[in-house]
Parts: sequence; C-alpha cells; structure tokens
Amino acid sequence: MSHLHWPWLELGILIPLLGAAVAARFRDPRDSRRWSLVFSGATLACTLCAWQDFTTLHTFEADDRWRFLSDLCGRELFVIDELSAPLLPHVALLYFLTGFATLRTKVRRFSFPGMLVSLAFTLATFSSKQPWLIILLLALGTVRPYLELRARGQPARVYAVHMAAYVALLVLGQTFVSREEGEQVHSLWAILPLLVAILIRGGIVPFHCWLTELFDHATFGTALLFVTPLTGAYAAMRLVLPIAPDWVLRSLGLLSMFTAVYAAAMALVQTEGRRFFARLFLSHSALVLVGLDIVTPIGLTGALCIWLSVGLSLGGFGLTLRALESRRGRLSLVDFQGLYDHMPALAICFLITGLGCTGFPGTVGFVGTELLVDGAVEAYPYMGAAVVIATALNSIAFVQTYFRVFTGTRYASSVSLALDRREQAAVLTLMALILAGGLVPQFAVSKRHHAAVMLLQQRGVRSSAQRWEDHSSRPARDVTDPAATSPPHPQARRSGTFAGGDGLRGGT
Amino acid sequence: MIDLHTVYWILGLVVVGGPLWLFVLLGLSSLIGRPLGEAAVSRWVQAISWTGLLSTLAILVLMLALGTRRVPLEFGNWVRIPHYHLALKIEFDRLSVPFAILSFLLCGTIGAFAAKYMHREPGFNRFHVLYALFLLGMILTSVAGTIETLFTGWELVGLSSALLVAFFQDRPAPVRNGLRVWTVYRVSDAALLLAAVALHHLRGEGDFDLFLGSAPWPAGPTVLSSQQAFLVGLLIVAAAAGKSALIPFCGWLPRAMEGPTPSSAVFYGALSVHLGAFLLLRVSPLLDRSPVLSAVVVAAGLATALLSAASARVQTDIKSALSLASLTQVGIIVAEIGLGLRYVPLIHILGHACLRTLQFVRAPSVLLDYGELENAIGGRLNAEANLASRRLSHPWRRRLYRFAFDRGHLDALLDDWCVRPLRAAMRWCDALERRWVAFLSRGEAHTATATGHPTPPLEELA
Repeated sequence: MSHLHWPWLELGILIPLLGAAVAARFRDPRDSRRWSLVFSGATLACTLCAWQDFTTLHTFEADDRWRFLSDLCGRELFVIDELSAPLLPHVALLYFLTGFATLRTKVRRFSFPGMLVSLAFTLATFSSKQPWLIILLLALGTVRPYLELRARGQPARVYAVHMAAYVALLVLGQTFVSREEGEQVHSLWAILPLLVAILIRGGIVPFHCWLTELFDHATFGTALLFVTPLTGAYAAMRLVLPIAPDWVLRSLGLLSMFTAVYAAAMALVQTEGRRFFARLFLSHSALVLVGLDIVTPIGLTGALCIWLSVGLSLGGFGLTLRALESRRGRLSLVDFQGLYDHMPALAICFLITGLGCTGFPGTVGFVGTELLVDGAVEAYPYMGAAVVIATALNSIAFVQTYFRVFTGTRYASSVSLALDRREQAAVLTLMALILAGGLVPQFAVSKRHHAAVMLLQQRGVRSSAQRWEDHSSRPARDVTDPAATSPPHPQARRSGTFAGGDGLRGGT
Repeated sequence: MIDLHTVYWILGLVVVGGPLWLFVLLGLSSLIGRPLGEAAVSRWVQAISWTGLLSTLAILVLMLALGTRRVPLEFGNWVRIPHYHLALKIEFDRLSVPFAILSFLLCGTIGAFAAKYMHREPGFNRFHVLYALFLLGMILTSVAGTIETLFTGWELVGLSSALLVAFFQDRPAPVRNGLRVWTVYRVSDAALLLAAVALHHLRGEGDFDLFLGSAPWPAGPTVLSSQQAFLVGLLIVAAAAGKSALIPFCGWLPRAMEGPTPSSAVFYGALSVHLGAFLLLRVSPLLDRSPVLSAVVVAAGLATALLSAASARVQTDIKSALSLASLTQVGIIVAEIGLGLRYVPLIHILGHACLRTLQFVRAPSVLLDYGELENAIGGRLNAEANLASRRLSHPWRRRLYRFAFDRGHLDALLDDWCVRPLRAAMRWCDALERRWVAFLSRGEAHTATATGHPTPPLEELA
C-alpha cells in the first residue's frame, strides 16, 4: 500500500482529541471556543494536506507513513482512499465553520470540547476501513448527542432506542459476516441486521423519527454536526455495499426513494424551522442512498457528488437557520417573518444554499442530481421519476420557507439583526464553495467517478461496473459524433445536443 | 486571418457572456454590500443589451449572406467522464436567432423604461439583479444547443420570475403569488426532466438530437415511433403548459401581475409566456410524428384562448386584462403549432410580444389619459353592449360572468384536487408520526417545541 508523505490521518484524529483536552480545561466558554477553533482549524489543515498528499500519489488507497496509533494497536487502523479523501476535509470544514459561527450568546449552550471529540470520532470513522473499528467508532459517535440531551433535560428516549438498536444490529450483522468469512454469499442473518442498521442511521422511513426528535431537542449545532457528514451512508459503503447482493441494495434503494419523496412532501407542511430542516435533510440523505444502491458507475458517481453537495449546501443552510434562530428564537413557519430588510445578505445565503440543495443549475448539486437521475433511469426508470419529483417538492418547500422567513411583512426591530463577521465569513465560505463547485465541477466529478468505479470493482461480484470498465478501456468515443454513437452503448449518456453532427453546416 | 468559425464563436460568446457578466456584476456588488448606483446600473444594462442585440444581428446577417441555416458553437465540456458529458453548446438557427433578437430588444427597451420607472425605488438594485438573471435565462434558453443548457436557462427564468412576482415583498399577496408561480414552474421543470427520463426508458438514451434529427429547424424527422413521440411529447406539452400558462395552469399569469410593471411587461406579458410555445416549436418533429399529440396541442391552445378571451373581458384592472389578452394570443399560437405551422407561429410570437410590451408599458399612462378624456367630456365613456349581453338571458350571463371572472375555476380545481389532498395527507402522516414518537418516549416529559403558533401553516397554495 502507498504511504502518505506525512502522518496526516493520525494527526487529524489526535489534534482534535488533544484540543478537546485543552478546551475542557477552560471555565470561560469563550476561551474554550477560541482554543477549539485553533485545534479544529489545525485539523482542517491536516485533512486538506492529507487530501492533497493523497492526490499526488495517484493511487486508490494509502496510509500514513509513521503510524503511531496503528503501531500501538499492532494493526493497520487508518487509511485514506478515493472515497474518503474529499470527505475528510469536508467533515473538518463543517465542524470548523459551525464552531466559528457560534455566537457569543450561544457559547454556553454549545460544548466545544464535545465538538472536538465528535470531530475526532467522525474523522476516525471516515479514515477507517476495518468493519469492527468502524462499528466501534460509529457507536462512540452516537454518545455525544445522547449526553447532551440528558444534560439539557430533554427527552432522549426516542434517540436512545433508535441508536441502541442501530449499534446492536451492526454488531449482530457483523458477527455473522465475520463467521461467514470466506463464503461467496452471506446469509440473511448477516445482511438483514446490517441493512436495518443502515436504514436506522440513514433516517429511512419508518426509522426516521429519531432525527426530527434530535433536531427538536438537541442544540442545532450538535444535531447539524451529527447528521450532515452522512455517516450512515459511509457505513453503507463500507459494511453493506461490498457484501450485499443486488436484491438487498434494490430494497434499500426503494425504501430510500420512498423516503426522499415522503420527506420532501412532509417538508411542505412543517410549521417549525428545525423540523423543516430535518425533513429537507432526510429527503436529501435518502437521495444519496438511492444513488449508492443503484450500483452503476454513473448513479454511484451522482450519489458521491450529492454526498458532498448535501454536506456543503445543507451545512450552509443549517448555519443560516442557526443564525436566524440565535436572533429570533425557534423559527415559526406559520406567519410571515419579513426579515429581509434586516439581513439581506443572510437572505441571499439562504437562497443560494437552498438552491444548492435542490440541484439548481450553477450550484454544486446540479451535476450530482443530473448524474443521479441518469443513473437511476438506467437502473430503474421509475426511480428516476421519483428523484425528479423529490427534487421538485424539495425546491417548492424551500422557497416557501424562504418566503415565510424573509418576506410577507416588515419586521420591526430596534436592534440590529445583521450577521456578525464570523457568521458572515462562515456562510460566505460555504456559499462560495457551493457556487465554485457548481461552476467548475470537473475536478470533483472526475475524482468521484473514479472512486465509484473502484468501489464497484471491489464489490466482489462481476457487476455492471466491470462491464462498464471493459467498455471504458476501449478508445474513448465522442458521443456527439454521430459516427461514434452507432451502435449506442446501453448506458451511453445523453449528450443533449439538439441536432447531431458538429461544426458548421452549409445552408440548403 | 480570422476564419468564419472564430467570428461566429466570438459573437456567440458575446451573446451569452454579456448577460452572464451583467448578472455577475450586479449580483456580486450587491452581495458584498456595495451595489452600483442607478446611473451605472442603467448604463451597464443598456450596454449589454445593445452589445447582445448587435452581435445577434451580426450572426443573422452572416447566416443570411452565406446561406447558413444552422451554426452550432461548442464551448467545451462542463463535465466529462467516461460515457457522460455535459457539453456547453449553443446553436443559432431560424428559431433561436429571432428569439434571441426579440429577447435583447425587449429587455433593452424595458431596461431603459425601468431606469425611470424604478427610480429611487428601494428595490432598484434587487430588481436589476433579477432582470439580469432573467435576461441570462432567456438567452440561454433561446440559443441552447443541449438539453442541459436549455434546462439551465429554463430554471433561471423560473427563479427570476417567481422572485420578481414577489418583488413587493412587504405584502403577503405578492409573496403568495410568487410562490404559486414557482410551484407551477417547478411542476413544469419536473415534466421537462421527466420527458428526458422517459426518453431514457424508451430509447436507452436521452439525446434530444437523436429524436429531433440532424436537419436544421424546422426539418428533422424524429426516430421515435408514434406512440413514443406521444408519450414524450405529452410530458413536453405539460412543461410548455406550465411555462406558457396553458390550461390547466392559466391561473398564475394574472397573479404574476403583482410585480412591478416593467417586469410584468417584458417577462410575463411578452417573453416568458412564449417560452412554452418556443419549446413546442423546438421539438416540433415530435408533433409531426404524432397526430394525436398535435391534436392535444391544438385542443390545449384553443381551450386556453377561449377561456382567456372570456376572462379578459371581465377583468377590473388593466394589467390582468392585458395578461389574459396576451394568453389568448399564446393559446392561438400554440394551436397554430399543433396545426403543423412553423413559421407563422414564430412570426406571431415576435409581433405579439412587441405589441404586448408596448401595451404594458403604456398601461399606467393610458389610465391617466382615460381620466382626462372623461373629465373633458364630463361623463363616463360608454361601453358597447357585447354579444353575450345581447343574446344571453340574465342568469346565463351571470353564470358566464362568474365562470370567466374565476378563470374557469381552474385554480380552485387544482387546489381542491391536488394541493389540499396532498397537504391533508401529509398532515395526517405528521400527526401519526407525532403519536408514534409520543408512544416511544412515554414517561418522559416531552417539552413542547413551542414557536407560539399552534395553528396550521399559511395556505399560500390552497
């Protein structure tokens, strides 16, 4: 296996743990925040370096050069591959910006040491490929929201029941998978528990209630950071995708598709900002799972692209909602709020991050949604239609919320509600990434495609990916060239040209 | 020596790049809190409109002089991975060139009008950002050479239109109407995307070029069978119906008149209302293949024209009357397309859009003129008795009046049959979920997430 030039992965995990220890020593939460920002910023730098270092290696997988933790445990713990490479800085950025944008008035309610511990666990999860280690880290990751709910005296049973079932099912399923090691096809006893665990963590209907409850009762920052990295999707990629037969993935895809449409429709009738966000998030995370279950390179590429776009867009969208909440309290979507005049910049951010979620052209979600629809149609046409319907419902729900929050009346306030510099910087950073990712998508999409093809090749069954690669190994054809498009490849992508043939055509 | 293709390429770049630059300039300056002054905005709007118009005219002159009927221009690939690419391609032909010229001409005129009309309006800058977005969307849609480019333009037009309808955002009514317009547009967008999905399912690929043929517009026989053309065409007709306010989506057009007069004039009265007809013209080979589809298009067009003509006669405000008169003509244009005509509807669109723009921008002052005229003659101007009042009995006149005034009750039908059942079902599911959560968390004090508003949400759509 290739080695990174520096131990970025372990540094990226140890720095936030160290930061948590340092930040916990301060009684004044402002000091705690200051130090946590320093450490989460350093973690972000490490993950960016890891990504950059990995890119220069031109390999599918690499690990750290000097592995302190791995040597300590006597086995290889953390690796970076094409799936996780962009996800690491993505996660670190979300954590950093969330901490950065936390207002002074809220620092007492938000645990910065807890945030750093959670960051370390999430990064460790995304850097890990060992099933049991992933399960351990996933289980540890569920603890912090529970502790926070208990500490705040909020109802925690729904969350606890779901997460306990989730961890228990992961352990059960992986136990059977380990016992059946070496067998070509795993038994239902092994696959079903893992599948249900993924359904629970992904918030797939009917196991989704914990997510709305978490948003209802935990701090917005904690809930946001627990869900936006899409850890459930990562678990699906590492634990289920390599071993699951097609029918399992199809079932997961069908349930995810239903969830995407259902949650989008539910978002239309929400009367409270957090619950609306939770529905919107559920719909989008389900769309990612739809793509993961299509098991074609284009569909999987779309899902991986949407994974990043959901993180960025919904992360930014969540931060704008959080900024609104910190000024107005819980956001009611019953009456018009008319906040535009007080915070026009936030309104624009709200609009752009929301459009980014819904795959609007020019934003980071557009190409991913296009790829997902394409892949879904190749696999199951009705799934493509459902994705389109879910996207349309999401965009209607989001614009409805925009209108309710920012327009319809004029809000009278004697104090300024404008964003402070930190919030502005955080939201503008995410907005710039959303637009940059939408306007120049080639780099991210080509990397995601390569990761998708490699992941499908690792599935162990001769899938459509391999057939696809067989075709890919042939000389590239330009599908706009009529001569090259005959006979059409069964998965040939639409070139979208109105008329075949290129170049100038003489008149008649 | 610059070759001909390079000349076309540069001109094409100016046509698309100009509106894009205008949007970026106005949008960025607003976003960073340093908006341009009114004079600077107006100068930029005029400069971009003139540059775009002259470039398109230059392309037209070159095409006419050289006898070229189709000029495809590629700007590379937006995304390219194996077996998938999004090409940045525009195309100038007998359909796109007139539409692009029309867009630049009317947007430029309205830009000059808006500079005075919106003077010192608090939302001057917001209006012009949305104006630039609309212009960009119109141009992209007009000259699109790929379905993705068309879809991008189509979406930009939809977003800018909805936000412009809600321009006077301190009042709830424009906002509700803006949301309605957005909802209809999203349905229309979904139908367009579903058309692409259906193509994939039917043909294994979704290339528009494969079913529109390679011959320049309006020729180009489709390779789809009659049934396939009907299925895909029906979705495209649904997309066109949403964008052009055809039956059953007529309701949004009069509502769109809540926006400022310049946007009503150029966007809903003249340009975006014709986009559906433009789409039908673009995919006309499908109509040629399926007589049933053509019949559907004719029926939709005629029904829209009849309903709008009746509704226009009972409106009490001039902008609504004009919008419905505009819709009457759009219905006729669509019927012409369904009847197999191609150049006649195109010319009809061009003439009608120009006339209607003039009427809209004249509307505020014509009311003043009428007032002065009535003052001068010392009484009301007499309205001539129309056919209905002469031939129909009073109860029937009243029924017809109600039917026309309520625009055929189509909005109510959509609300009753689509929006309310969906909302009711979702609320029922929401209540069910809350009961399930309460069951799971029994024994725990379930703190209410009170926002102080126990009532159901606003009913913008229903």
